Amino acid sequence: MEILVIGTNPPILATVLRLLNTNLSWKATGVSTPEEALKKCRELNYQVFLIGAGLTEAEEAELSAQIKEIHPGIHIIPHYGGGSGLLFAEIYLALGTTNQAQ
Amino acid sequence: MAQTVLHTASSRGLADHGWLKSHQTFSFSGYFNPERVQFGALRVLNDDEVQGGRGFGEHPHDNMEIISIALEGTLQHKDSMGNVATIETGEIQVMSAGTGMYHTEYNKNEGEPVKFLQIWVFPNKRNVAPRYDQVKIGTPAGPNQLVQILSPDPDDAGVWIYQDAWFNLGKLEKDSAVDYTFHRKNNGAYIFVISGQVQVNGQQLDTRDGYGIWDADGFTITAGTAAEVLIMEVPMEL
Repeated sequence: MEILVIGTNPPILATVLRLLNTNLSWKATGVSTPEEALKKCRELNYQVFLIGAGLTEAEEAELSAQIKEIHPGIHIIPHYGGGSGLLFAEIYLALGTTNQAQ
Repeated sequence: MAQTVLHTASSRGLADHGWLKSHQTFSFSGYFNPERVQFGALRVLNDDEVQGGRGFGEHPHDNMEIISIALEGTLQHKDSMGNVATIETGEIQVMSAGTGMYHTEYNKNEGEPVKFLQIWVFPNKRNVAPRYDQVKIGTPAGPNQLVQILSPDPDDAGVWIYQDAWFNLGKLEKDSAVDYTFHRKNNGAYIFVISGQVQVNGQQLDTRDGYGIWDADGFTITAGTAAEVLIMEVPMEL
């Protein structure tokens, strides 16, 4: 599963990517600007878009709408907490799965 | 009519890493239960015990209100905002992680475990400037009365957070009772029994049980033994 993550705090973004990529069936890619996110979305069919910290409310809303236009079926998840505590539960819940291996 | 949910102590998730034992009321890290994710804005209630000389290495947080309440022992805190502090029994610590911060938590007292509650509340505003605060928990106005330890108001008692939440602690004598009235109509309360046995509107609760109540104006806690309770009032909708 392809996951795109946006976050403007580089160390936190790196931590989130590292954690996501411990799941061998996930491939997470990070970007730090809305422009990069849209470019990546036009290149690849992402299933999950994780919104990390640093964007304004307006930027989050506008970017989410634009990404939905490109990939209507994408799961857009605002990420809270920064690290591993909530990350996996947020994704399992969005995907509607209780199987942690997926 | 009041809605309620009961989470007994033994039904919580357990992460046992040797140096850390963490009983988790809601899904956290390796514990995932889709039926146990949050209670309104209350997302994490971890009942942690860290062995002496051990602790949490540097790790990040963002967009979360993080509250720690020391129950036994002391925990040293250092963060990327330059704060170095020790949280002791009788104190409450708060961090608004906002746009992002890093911290460590360490029990430097060899041979003396530290026990504390780690509580995360979803903020009502994302991407605020990170902040840290720590205060001593106040003294109740009288026996069997609650002490407010958290609110949304920087000028009110206890610490404050970016959420319409109010936390109270109560030390109750056997057979005493205390009434609680919600601050906001659409809020609920999660009652966590730190020690002893209580009844909440007739529901029996033992040590470390949790009980959520909402769609109500308030409730009454009656102590069957000497007891200590933590009441966390939070919005039920984000």
